Amino acid sequence: MIDTTAASIDFSIIAPEIALLAAAFIILVSVYNKKMRNLAPVIATAGLLVSLLIAIEQMGNPKTGFFGMVTCDDFTVVFKILFVISSLLILMFGRRYFVSKNIDRPEFYALLCISTMGMMVMASTTDLVVIFLGLEIMSVPLYVMAGMDKRSLESNEAGIKYLIMGAFASGFLLMGIAFIFGSSGTTDLRRIAADFQFIGENYQLYFNAGAVLTLVGFAFKVAAVPFHSWVPDVYQGAPTPVTAFFSVGPKAAGFAALLRIFNFGFEDMEFISDIFWMLAVLTMTVGNILALRQGNIKRMLAYSSIAHAGYILVAFAVGGSAAMSAAVFYLFAYGLFNLGSFAIITQLEIRSGCKSELSELSGLSKAHPYLSAALTVFMLALAGFPPTVGFIGKFYLFTAAIDGGFIWLTIIGVLNSFISVYYYLRVVKVSFLEKFEGTFVPVKYTPAMMAVLLITLAGTLGLGIFPEKLLEISRAAIFAFL
Amino acid sequence: MTENIYWIPLLPLLGFLVNGLLLGKLPKRVVSLVACGTVGGSFLLSLMSFLELKAMPPDLRLIEQTLFSWISSGDFHVNFGFLLDPLSSLMILVVTGVGFLIHLYSVGYMSHDSGYGRYFAYLNLFTFSMLVLVLADNFLFMFVGWEGVGLCSYLLIGFWFEKKSASDAGKKAFIVNRIGDFGFLIGMFIIFWQVGSLDFMTVAAKAPEVFVAGGTLVTAACILLFVGAAGKSAQIPLYVWLPDAMEGPTPVSALIHAATMVTAGVYMIVRVNAMYILAPDALLVVAIVGGVTALFAATIGLVQNDIKRVLAYSTISQLGYMFLACGVAAFSAGIFHLMTHAFFKALLFLGAGSVIHAMSGQQDMRYMGGLRKYLPITFGTFFIATLAISGIPLMSGFFSKDEILWKAFSSDYGHPILWALGFITAGLTAFYMFRLLFLTFYGKERMDEKTKSHIHESPKFMTIPLMVLAVLAVVGGWIGMPHIFGVTNYFEAWLEPVISSAKPAVGVHMLTSAGGDTAMELMLMFSTVILVGLAIFAAFKIYNKRPEVADSLADRFKTPHNVLLHKYYVDEFYGAVIVRPLIYFSLFLWKIMDVLFIDGLLNGLAKLYEGISETMRSVQTGRLRSYATVFVIGVFILIAYAVIE
Amino acid sequence: MFEQLFPILLLFVVAAVLAGVLISLSIFIGRRTKLGKKGQPYECGIDPEGTTREPFPVKFYMVAILFILFDIEVIFLYPWAVISKELGMFGFIEMLVFVLILLVGYFYILGRGALKWD
Repeated sequence: MIDTTAASIDFSIIAPEIALLAAAFIILVSVYNKKMRNLAPVIATAGLLVSLLIAIEQMGNPKTGFFGMVTCDDFTVVFKILFVISSLLILMFGRRYFVSKNIDRPEFYALLCISTMGMMVMASTTDLVVIFLGLEIMSVPLYVMAGMDKRSLESNEAGIKYLIMGAFASGFLLMGIAFIFGSSGTTDLRRIAADFQFIGENYQLYFNAGAVLTLVGFAFKVAAVPFHSWVPDVYQGAPTPVTAFFSVGPKAAGFAALLRIFNFGFEDMEFISDIFWMLAVLTMTVGNILALRQGNIKRMLAYSSIAHAGYILVAFAVGGSAAMSAAVFYLFAYGLFNLGSFAIITQLEIRSGCKSELSELSGLSKAHPYLSAALTVFMLALAGFPPTVGFIGKFYLFTAAIDGGFIWLTIIGVLNSFISVYYYLRVVKVSFLEKFEGTFVPVKYTPAMMAVLLITLAGTLGLGIFPEKLLEISRAAIFAFL
Repeated sequence: MTENIYWIPLLPLLGFLVNGLLLGKLPKRVVSLVACGTVGGSFLLSLMSFLELKAMPPDLRLIEQTLFSWISSGDFHVNFGFLLDPLSSLMILVVTGVGFLIHLYSVGYMSHDSGYGRYFAYLNLFTFSMLVLVLADNFLFMFVGWEGVGLCSYLLIGFWFEKKSASDAGKKAFIVNRIGDFGFLIGMFIIFWQVGSLDFMTVAAKAPEVFVAGGTLVTAACILLFVGAAGKSAQIPLYVWLPDAMEGPTPVSALIHAATMVTAGVYMIVRVNAMYILAPDALLVVAIVGGVTALFAATIGLVQNDIKRVLAYSTISQLGYMFLACGVAAFSAGIFHLMTHAFFKALLFLGAGSVIHAMSGQQDMRYMGGLRKYLPITFGTFFIATLAISGIPLMSGFFSKDEILWKAFSSDYGHPILWALGFITAGLTAFYMFRLLFLTFYGKERMDEKTKSHIHESPKFMTIPLMVLAVLAVVGGWIGMPHIFGVTNYFEAWLEPVISSAKPAVGVHMLTSAGGDTAMELMLMFSTVILVGLAIFAAFKIYNKRPEVADSLADRFKTPHNVLLHKYYVDEFYGAVIVRPLIYFSLFLWKIMDVLFIDGLLNGLAKLYEGISETMRSVQTGRLRSYATVFVIGVFILIAYAVIE
Repeated sequence: MFEQLFPILLLFVVAAVLAGVLISLSIFIGRRTKLGKKGQPYECGIDPEGTTREPFPVKFYMVAILFILFDIEVIFLYPWAVISKELGMFGFIEMLVFVLILLVGYFYILGRGALKWD
């Protein structure tokens, strides 16, 4: 059991964060030196790796410190690992893209580290204020990263839109936290959970309103409908590796915070299940239906990411450890095949003039047979076909939903999966069946890109066949705070 | 070695990966080295684990090893686990031993084929799947191997896929097997439903508590499993794929369609013998199907002219014997025959391959004859195998077949009629095998001059496996001599720990056994030997001395001869009763149901969704104002809901 | 229910009324002269030419933003200064870390040349 009263100043708890911060600082200071500047990706990688190793070391050794502000349990560690791995993969395939677009700047790597650190902070606390702090540390670099390609109008637009909408959402979140603080007298979820009965009876109104507003703040980050409208524009406008980053890390961090708040702090709040229910249905349906008619792959994947958030929200509506561990599992799985798809799009966009329109894929199977095979696997995973991990993830999610008695929600979810098959397979169809006029300039793979593709492929298929280990990890994460 | 059983299947898998991934990049020498080396290696490992197992006390000869958990969903747990016990250790010895010899043989046989690498990759994959099948410790993992061997069988039957008949035969095998798998799966579901586990050990331990002896459920489960077995092991009514499977390369026929894969059904039944003991009616079904198949296939074998087809029907017939043994609860006898059959039938096929190789691809025995002097080694080994399969005393086939016949007569589940089926089959077997021998190796040389000039003894790679197998075909039966010879039946003793010792429930069996004593056993054995002797003599008279008698006989019994020649018209019957209506039905489904109804519905739905999508896109204006508006409306609705609650 | 809802309702009403009152006050009380000069940004001085949306050097922004950043962050030093005795060594080290973070930022903008005027 975690000692909640510990007031210790124990830097070993936040060592992964410190490692990332140090890497970011070194990169920032290194702008004086040209040689050092080119080393930025290496420094960032080193920082992430060190952070990953420390995080793994922290597994199974729950601690709390800094006056109860920082909690590091297995839940935290599992999410830290997820964040770091996704950032690492993006580092690996991003560089080549930036160089080809002439926007390779050391700042990106520093921002990546800082943003990852913010996610870690979000996952490693039970205090609402610290969660907010983490959210902002994570988000501010994201705004900058979205607008990184400063010669591109779309990228600028993405940055500004994201910033404004993000600030907007942060306002609601803060308001929610304020309400909660007002009604409960604390921002510590552990104490809220302990006094839940009392607070609920006496300050129900403020408390519920606060919970909903908090929910809205994170629903924005995870792109739940109707707080999703920034997603398509930002995803399409931002440089592709940045989009890939958006779709995994921040989303997972948002879900981590939601898990912590609503599955731990407000575990006994009953009406919230209905709200998640509504959000899940809306998110799945709107995401999938809007994805149907998109001609741009990045935009299509943006809507697809909205839809996937909807599937994960199903778990929140259901509640309980089985559903929650299924959600964690799904986040990992989604991270894998989504990064894989984005890696492929990045590889294609390196060709100059490529806007990742769907029609640009025609004839891909002739020019890049292996690449289009990999793309097929990822699309099947996104659509949830066996033997990919996408199927297993959906399987666990919907099984948990049925066990929890949410039959209708499951039916809507499955119907939505069917709809999604249409637009995922369209990508495959275009790349295999449609003829291409003109010459397809083949692009060489960098070893790092190759590695990313192999890792994500192996994960997508391997975990689809042997999901047991990952499920165990997901369960461990959820049981850490139960 | 017993700690690391997983290396036994893993080695061929590695071989497959190397040969499969580097297809076309490795020289033939390396391909064959990898393929034979891995299988040889796993044979050595199997031998080591067998010896280690043998060194243990009989009660402890059971090693379970879980690699990792595969599926875990609620109460449903399945592991990747291996089970090494006397039964599986024996099976892996046969699979890797015979497999290794056939790999060697293939090096010579396939040396001129353009698909050399592909061939060995498939063959290794097959060995891997077969080892998984016999080593698996639960039904589902076994099913993985079961499907794996089915896949390899399909790939190898259609190995020369440019030939339409070959690819058709591949498809036929696959589809017929699928029908069997259906039964297997449902049987498996029943077992999981009732027992709550798919582990062989758990099922064996719990079956007597969970199932009522002779009850409907256990009988249904056993019969359904047997449907699966009948598909894989080519029993009535699912045997039709096996004769066509001879389209594959001959070593494949030897390995997959004679020695190993087709015996998987027998193995599976013995593996769950604890359940079959509880279902006497299912056992009766197994015995009758086995006995009838044995006789039925043997009669077809009498008149076939294609050397491989005769052997194929002979395989079906011998598999029938094994099921007959299982059906009278003589499980160890079934496995014993499985083993000896693996030796002599592999030898027969390889010998036939050697003949075909020498005859430049000719398979019709009417154009052979007199090959004895051209192919001395092939002839010698083939002759031994023929003696063994015919059941000449002291050859391996004699002991195993005799034990089955005796058990069919005397066991608690036996009956004189079952014995009679086997008895007649024994005579027919001897007759058609010697007919084959005489037509091929004796008499006039009926081939044309061009072929004749090419006839040559096969290379060493092919003859050495023949000789090894010939030795095994002779001595392989000596470990299972019957008690009346005054020696211990080592084979039966070895398998004893895995065979359920449950006594049959009295009064639940429809037949009454005849029982019998030593004198009876000797008498029956003697009469079988005499029958076999007579059959050989008849074959000698007709096909060696006076070939014209055969034709006149065929003329006189024109109708039965034709029926036999057309294999009882079973293929035609299936075509008319099952395939044709299915085609019409699917035409109806395609033209009416699919194109008009379903496509219309689906296209309509798709149009509808696209319309909705198009409409909803208009909300996504790209203007921040409208985004914020949507956002705020959402917030208000949620808050309203929260407040009302 | 109503008792609980009442404060919020009151808040909404007060906000709406206040906004309404203020706006209507300025409409009704305020004197309006519709002279041409009133439309001009400046009643006296030079008449403006062209639009107000003139591009001007981004440096102004940079300086302004950087000023705000450092200015606001330095404010955090005041509360620390008030209770620095109670916080003791720990507080001092924390503050050093805080200043170090600011310094890194400062060196970064220096290195990037954000403060160079030409």
